[in-house]
Amino acid sequence: MIRFEQVSFRYADAAAPALQGVDIDVPEGELCLVVGPSGVGKSTLLGAVSGLVPHFTGGHLTGRVTVAGRDTRTHRPRELADVVGTVGQDPLSHFVTDTVEDELAYGMESLGIAPETMRRRVEETLDLLGLADLRDRPIATLSGGQQQRVAIGSVLTVHPKVLVLDEPTSALDPGAAEEVLAVLQRLVHDLGTTVLLAEHRLERVVQYADQVILLPSPGVPPVVGAPADIMAVSPVHPPVVALGRLAGWSPLPLSVRDARRAAGPLRERLADRTPLAAGPAAPGELLVRAERLGVRRGRVEALRGVDLTVRAGETVALMGRNGAGKSTLLSTLVGLHTPAAGTVTVGGAVPHRTRPAELLRRVGLVPQEPRDLLYADTVAAECAAADHDAAAPPGTCRGLVADLLPGVPDGVHPRDLSEGQRLSLALAIVLTASPPVLLLDEPTRGLDYAAKSRLVAQLRALAAAGHAIVLATHDVELAADLAHRVVILADGETVADGPAADVVLSSPAFAPQTAKVLAPAPWLTVAQVTRALEAAP
Amino acid sequence: MTTNSAPNGHHLPETGTHGEDRPEDGARQGRGEPPAQPRGRGSGDATASGTPSGRAGGRPRVKLRAIPVRQAARRQKAPRQAEAPPRTTSPPPRTGQLHAAAWWLWALGLATAASRTTNVLLLAEITAVAGYVVAARRTDAPWSRSYGTFLRLGLVVLAIRLVFAVLLGSPIPGTHTLFTLPEVPLPGWAQGVRLGGPVTAEAVVFALRDGLKLATLLVCVGAANSLANPARLLKSLPGALYEAGVAVVVAMTFAPHLVADVARLRAARRLRGRDDRGVRALLQVGLPVLEGALERSVALAAAMDARGYGRTADVPVAVRRATAALTVGGLLGICAGTYALLAASGAGYGLPVLLLGLAAAVAGLRLGGRRSPRTRYRPDAWGARAWLVAGSGVAVAGAMIAAATYASDALDPPAVPLTAPSLPLWPAACVLLGLVPSLAAPKGAVR
Repeated sequence: MIRFEQVSFRYADAAAPALQGVDIDVPEGELCLVVGPSGVGKSTLLGAVSGLVPHFTGGHLTGRVTVAGRDTRTHRPRELADVVGTVGQDPLSHFVTDTVEDELAYGMESLGIAPETMRRRVEETLDLLGLADLRDRPIATLSGGQQQRVAIGSVLTVHPKVLVLDEPTSALDPGAAEEVLAVLQRLVHDLGTTVLLAEHRLERVVQYADQVILLPSPGVPPVVGAPADIMAVSPVHPPVVALGRLAGWSPLPLSVRDARRAAGPLRERLADRTPLAAGPAAPGELLVRAERLGVRRGRVEALRGVDLTVRAGETVALMGRNGAGKSTLLSTLVGLHTPAAGTVTVGGAVPHRTRPAELLRRVGLVPQEPRDLLYADTVAAECAAADHDAAAPPGTCRGLVADLLPGVPDGVHPRDLSEGQRLSLALAIVLTASPPVLLLDEPTRGLDYAAKSRLVAQLRALAAAGHAIVLATHDVELAADLAHRVVILADGETVADGPAADVVLSSPAFAPQTAKVLAPAPWLTVAQVTRALEAAP
Repeated sequence: MTTNSAPNGHHLPETGTHGEDRPEDGARQGRGEPPAQPRGRGSGDATASGTPSGRAGGRPRVKLRAIPVRQAARRQKAPRQAEAPPRTTSPPPRTGQLHAAAWWLWALGLATAASRTTNVLLLAEITAVAGYVVAARRTDAPWSRSYGTFLRLGLVVLAIRLVFAVLLGSPIPGTHTLFTLPEVPLPGWAQGVRLGGPVTAEAVVFALRDGLKLATLLVCVGAANSLANPARLLKSLPGALYEAGVAVVVAMTFAPHLVADVARLRAARRLRGRDDRGVRALLQVGLPVLEGALERSVALAAAMDARGYGRTADVPVAVRRATAALTVGGLLGICAGTYALLAASGAGYGLPVLLLGLAAAVAGLRLGGRRSPRTRYRPDAWGARAWLVAGSGVAVAGAMIAAATYASDALDPPAVPLTAPSLPLWPAACVLLGLVPSLAAPKGAVR
């Protein structure tokens, strides 16, 4: 269905090719997963299928890409619109109309599909993606997960033969991600749709893939094969694969079920050991305190009676559905929202009544889009501005950047950094004022495993140095790895608050893969298992 | 050439096959059957599922079920095609939505009425009527918030008009001097312009009425904007103009996005410890906001292209030429006709030329629509409610125009000598007709 023949691609002003020697054949009805570290050309590969590369991006493509027999060299994206449906990384930039129903119909209108057919397909798709209640809603008022579902729905209505999705689940909570993947599975199996999908969160998708395309590093020809074979050699792999590699299981399990079947001996070996207690060294000073906190945003009650306390040296993960109020809670802690009820103090100050320059020294937030924090056009200028804002000695921020982001030259524009580098830069800027409380909103969105493990190490060091860290995340693996405590929000209320192991193990939706494989023993991460196995023979 | 014809060749049969084999999924979902096995898989233990073996087991199950469904679909399909018009009943209008043009007609009716009077009481009544309908019938959609913006804009216009009248003086001769501003002596070439000087009550009243009229017009436009989604108006455009229309609407949505970006980035400034208020804050976020907006435009253009925006159907060369000739000829005819009508000499042939040009242009647009293969999804139905809403606006306008003949003094109370405005009974009663939509229009039920 999709065929790459000796394809190489180079962006117009780039020295090295983004893709080289790509020779792939994706047969009809396969779910094909594209994996690889950030910046290896996954998005470029996907763009070549929809024809946006090179028709829209410019650059030089050699070789041949054919989709359903149409050559993308002679067919512009719009002429492929009836066979290829594309959803990019940011669903918001995908929407042409402003209500859900119109958006679902837009693609069909462009293709000239009969009105009755359109009506039927819109209804089907509304049901398929659970959007029926939202049909008249303006898209701007939807949560991230709902927007992602609308974006996928808007290309599904055209009934394309090929679906191309760039990180479809990375903005979604575990439940919503499962729903989207179930829909994709269903399309593949029921309609024979071919799905080509790039995703960083392999633990969510790898077990559904029929074929995996691994791009090991930029400009290196991809390795194509069955998921188990590729995962055995891939630099990026989910925890269940890491566990399998550690225990030497063969064949390598890709799903929790397979891993559990193979894990009997490992469970026995670990039976008399307990994971190292993952608690803060000693309960520190109380830094964040929210009592019966209520926040209204417009007509919506975003938070209702939320209690939260965070002590120095503690890491707390905020979890919950898209739109549960996690971001609102973080914003309230830095004074961006004024509470309608209850009290909040952070580092001894009431955030919404404290001047920004003063608050900076007590609490710092890295927003969901770290770019929002960056205004200058070089890293050096950004650092100088941060020193100035925080009244820190010159060079403070640059020193932090050198620690967190070794090897980034001064003259680089922040927009040219990769997602992970930008996050580290934003983190360095926030840390310049050395606030004792550090808040992060969805820090791992768009990060590959390597960037993620760097971030985990950085945050762990900060917690050990006495910072209180609160992170809102959908990433159960991150929460299991890092958090001492997990707080789960639903509909603006706290539904669980307790030690990470207890909360995470008590609900399957929030349990990391390792926990599922080794349950009922309270192992949360592969690292814990590794340490335990190394400690004793 | 090959580039163009190949996809279209592809495209047409493609939709045909879709039409044939799609009803089966419709039927499947329509029956509310549980989705095939993936859902079971997804809903179970969050990730513990989906192995190659499980998948192999799943496929045949799907197939087995698909067969009866397909037969059912065929049975359904046959009569559907036999029916002459596929839709005998008109599609049900969307909940909470009225034809966008009805709202605009209503608002323009009120605006026309407002433009016919300078009676402060009547103008205030019109504003109140528009405001009440907006309050009663607007939705929670983002565009509904534009009413407040227009209201503020109206106040600004009023204020500017007053300030100018006070500062620059006014040609209205008045006897009631309120106060005297120091007059700035101006050089001889600026004769006729006055800065400062005595401010008379008559001049202020005149400016107030004038400004209020403009403000009322703005409020009426704002009411239409917040009651009708501008994008819905697109649905009523002829096919040939659709793509230009989309471009306009996308450009219009650019502004709200920009405002949202500015708000977000100003919030982010607080995180850097800078003040989020003041002009400096606004200027500093300017560049990132523009960068973001440009990036989003490029991404949107890519997404639109990938979704088939701008696809064209093959039309015979003759039709294309006829379209061009008709459109250009028609526009020329309209220009010539209008000119002739306006010029004193050509009144005789002006109207026929104008009508002929109009007809040719309409025919050209119609033919041009053939080039675009677009269809329309649930166009707004023009029903009884739409008639009532549009009719009420037209009635208000008509009543006010008629009132000019019997109550011209009440509609246009003179500023000199100063007279207290009185509320003329009949025109005031007629303006209340504009309240009909607050009952006739469906209640805005977004959310």
